[in-house]
Amino acid sequence: MTTLHQSVKQTEQHGPATGLTRWLYTTNHKDIGTLYLWFSFIMFLTGGCMALMIRAELFQPGLQLIDPEFFNQMTTMHGLIMVFGAVMPAFVGLANWMVPMMVGAPDMALPRMNNWSFWILPFAFGLMLSTLFMEGGAPNFGWTFYAPLSTTYAPPSVTFFIFAVHMMGISSIMGAINIIATILNLRAPGMTMMKLPLFVWTWLITAFLLIAVMPVLAGVVTMMLMDIHFGTSFFNAAGGGDPVLFQHVFWFFGHPEVYIMILPAFGIVSEIIPTFARKRLFGYASMVYATASIAFLSFIVWAHHMFTVGLPLAGELFFMFATMLIAVPTGVKVFNWVATMFHGSLTFETPMLFALAFVVLFTIGGFSGLMLAIAPADFQYHDTYFVVAHFHYVLVPGAIFAIMAGAYYWLPKWTGHYYNERLGRWHFWLSFIGVNITFFPMHFIGLAGMPRRIPDYALQFADFNMVASIGAFIFGFSQLLFLYIVIATIRGGEKAGDKVWEQPTGLEWTLPSPAPYHTFAEPPEVK
Amino acid sequence: MRVSALPLLLAVAGGVPAARADWSLNMTPGVTEISQAVFDLHMTIFWICVAIGVVVFGVMLWSIFHHRKSKGAQAKHFHENTLVEIIWTVIPFVILIGMAVPATATLIKMYDKSEADLDIQVTGYQWKWRYQYLGEDIDFFSNLSTPREQISNDSEKGENYLLEVDNPLVIPADKKVRFLITSNDVIHSWWVPAFAVKKDAVPGFINEAWTRVPKPGIYRGQCAELCGVDHGFMPVVVEVKPQAEYEQWLADVRAAKAEQAAAAQQEISFDELMAQGEQVYNRACAACHQVTGEGLPNVFPALKGSAMVLQDMAGHIDIVLNGKSGTAMQAFRDQLSAVELAAVITYERNAWGNDTGEMVSPAEISQRTAASATE
Repeated sequence: MTTLHQSVKQTEQHGPATGLTRWLYTTNHKDIGTLYLWFSFIMFLTGGCMALMIRAELFQPGLQLIDPEFFNQMTTMHGLIMVFGAVMPAFVGLANWMVPMMVGAPDMALPRMNNWSFWILPFAFGLMLSTLFMEGGAPNFGWTFYAPLSTTYAPPSVTFFIFAVHMMGISSIMGAINIIATILNLRAPGMTMMKLPLFVWTWLITAFLLIAVMPVLAGVVTMMLMDIHFGTSFFNAAGGGDPVLFQHVFWFFGHPEVYIMILPAFGIVSEIIPTFARKRLFGYASMVYATASIAFLSFIVWAHHMFTVGLPLAGELFFMFATMLIAVPTGVKVFNWVATMFHGSLTFETPMLFALAFVVLFTIGGFSGLMLAIAPADFQYHDTYFVVAHFHYVLVPGAIFAIMAGAYYWLPKWTGHYYNERLGRWHFWLSFIGVNITFFPMHFIGLAGMPRRIPDYALQFADFNMVASIGAFIFGFSQLLFLYIVIATIRGGEKAGDKVWEQPTGLEWTLPSPAPYHTFAEPPEVK
Repeated sequence: MRVSALPLLLAVAGGVPAARADWSLNMTPGVTEISQAVFDLHMTIFWICVAIGVVVFGVMLWSIFHHRKSKGAQAKHFHENTLVEIIWTVIPFVILIGMAVPATATLIKMYDKSEADLDIQVTGYQWKWRYQYLGEDIDFFSNLSTPREQISNDSEKGENYLLEVDNPLVIPADKKVRFLITSNDVIHSWWVPAFAVKKDAVPGFINEAWTRVPKPGIYRGQCAELCGVDHGFMPVVVEVKPQAEYEQWLADVRAAKAEQAAAAQQEISFDELMAQGEQVYNRACAACHQVTGEGLPNVFPALKGSAMVLQDMAGHIDIVLNGKSGTAMQAFRDQLSAVELAAVITYERNAWGNDTGEMVSPAEISQRTAASATE
């Protein structure tokens, strides 16, 4: 241990540059991780404001605040920003910070590319947000941008949207390559694959998913571009094309994308629950295999997003069965977390609270997912608020709660200070209550028959919409508390030791807190 | 099988006073054999999920309460048990097979598209539905009939706010009705919850769906696929009538059509045209071109002060009748009667300070449509 600290001290002399250039030119994985995380948080608040505009309009029936055209722009931009701007960069940020420290590497394998893959993002999102101020308005065809609404019938800003998606795709692919290269090449001696922390494993699999499907997304938007500007008819029935082809290609990207947004969350939760249960993860190997099975299945279930599009019976049956199968490895994961807690010695610090809420609420999202997989029942659920409830349950108390859990868990390692535990718990309970008041009633209004993406609704949906809107404002504003907690922790607070928590496992806890600018310049020994 | 504990729970949790609307919690069982089967499937799966949830969350809560460090719990260091892991892989698999069997049976029933008593082509348009009764010479459009003042909160909302149309689809009770669903522009989705029928309307393709409704009544649904700015304003209303009443309705529709054709030959005054034109405009055109005629910049062109409206009468009539391909501008020749077309064109040429003073007569429109039909 002493040699490690000495080597850390030596490299400490090459500290960060000062001022803006530190962030512009940095190739340090910790700096880039920080950039990703702040960028993601800004996008989270931006997309959140859009969600609040949507919920404010839906507070009561009738059109009050925004017109339907702007409403559609808000639903579209909210979805795109949350998926590509908030959730994905947050996971990449966590990977940047943690993967090298977890595998015992001095940095990411491709540091310059790392810089580039981050710095593309602000430009991509700057471009996308600028469409809000263009004549004809921002994209208004939903984050799934189904053709021909997004081609023949789209506002002119769609071209900028396509370019922005290309940039995000390049950024994601480079990020994924970097993570794979780091995990496969830079592991410390003795760190065999089956000793990797689960966060690293889930990210490795996620990175392969990214490399497989981001080019498909790039392909589909390029086909749109050709249809719009170069006279092709990929998706134009009048020219011999097929609008349903768009959906097949989009969802071939889109379904693995869903798992890109949840697998790293599984990894985070699998780190946190053992720490606060003071007990090893029940089934490490089965967790790895379950993750890999989910990733494999994600490639053969895409058409369950398209049950009403007019698939032949055999197609419906195949995609129904394949989708139901996903419940098996997902179940294995949930059972593992519960078995890890069983006969543990539990404490409930903020990261654990978020992780526990993740397990419960993600499982509820999994249940509604299983219901949606049943094709005949899906005819009633499809494109209603039931679907909105489902994917928000897996994404907000799923992905985002896991990100929050990870942030609280590693914040002392990053800053050298403990966050304020009392405020952290306030943040958790406000978020937990807010998220359920927002999204649980959406199950009911969906089953009662309210379609999604409508700016105004029939009177029988009024009550639960009002409840959901109130919940959304509670959830939204509680996130400002998180901002305050993080800033306060950076500026000061109780000093954290190397281990931070009582019995954490992993190489990152052998380093001092805050983690020095350069770590593992000499590889640690892993037994 | 109602979830009766949930409203109570919610009332306690939410503490929100009940307003005029109901707190409907569950899917409708609907009125057809299929919709009942779908409802039963939904409830079966729901209760299976509840049961799994009770077990999993039960164990979790047990650990949270009993295995906490503050109660002096010591961690027991067990892990990796192949038998347990096989059990919790196999049991879910068996449950899934149990779910898949009834789901498959229901799906096969839904896909039985054999001979129907009546075929109706359903075409989605931005933002209305067109119903063509094949072999019956009946063809009409179905538009939202909720007044704009209700949507803008200037008057009280009616009982069927946003779920009412001018011309509902009428079908006979207890007959197998097949819907051939397609679209004229973007993708829509035709949905009536009470029948458990939801099928996308895809341009260039025809999707099939069917229903057999035993009980006469009025059933309401909505477009379910985002289709542009007025996606929230294109309801589906189906009126199911007993056979005799249905036949009477067919006769009435045909009589009304003949009357319309006669009206097209009548002289009609400028003021009458303007009055009717305003109504037609607000119903059929204002969603894009706006009530003010100013359109939306770069999306929907303005008619106020437009060169075509002010100068090019022939072009104006042509675009209203035949639409403009590759844009949201539809062909209105089949959507509106000759009188309505004449009225709306006259209105557009004279409203919002356009003041051309020109009018178009229904007879002119009839000539134009007749001429292009024989071309």
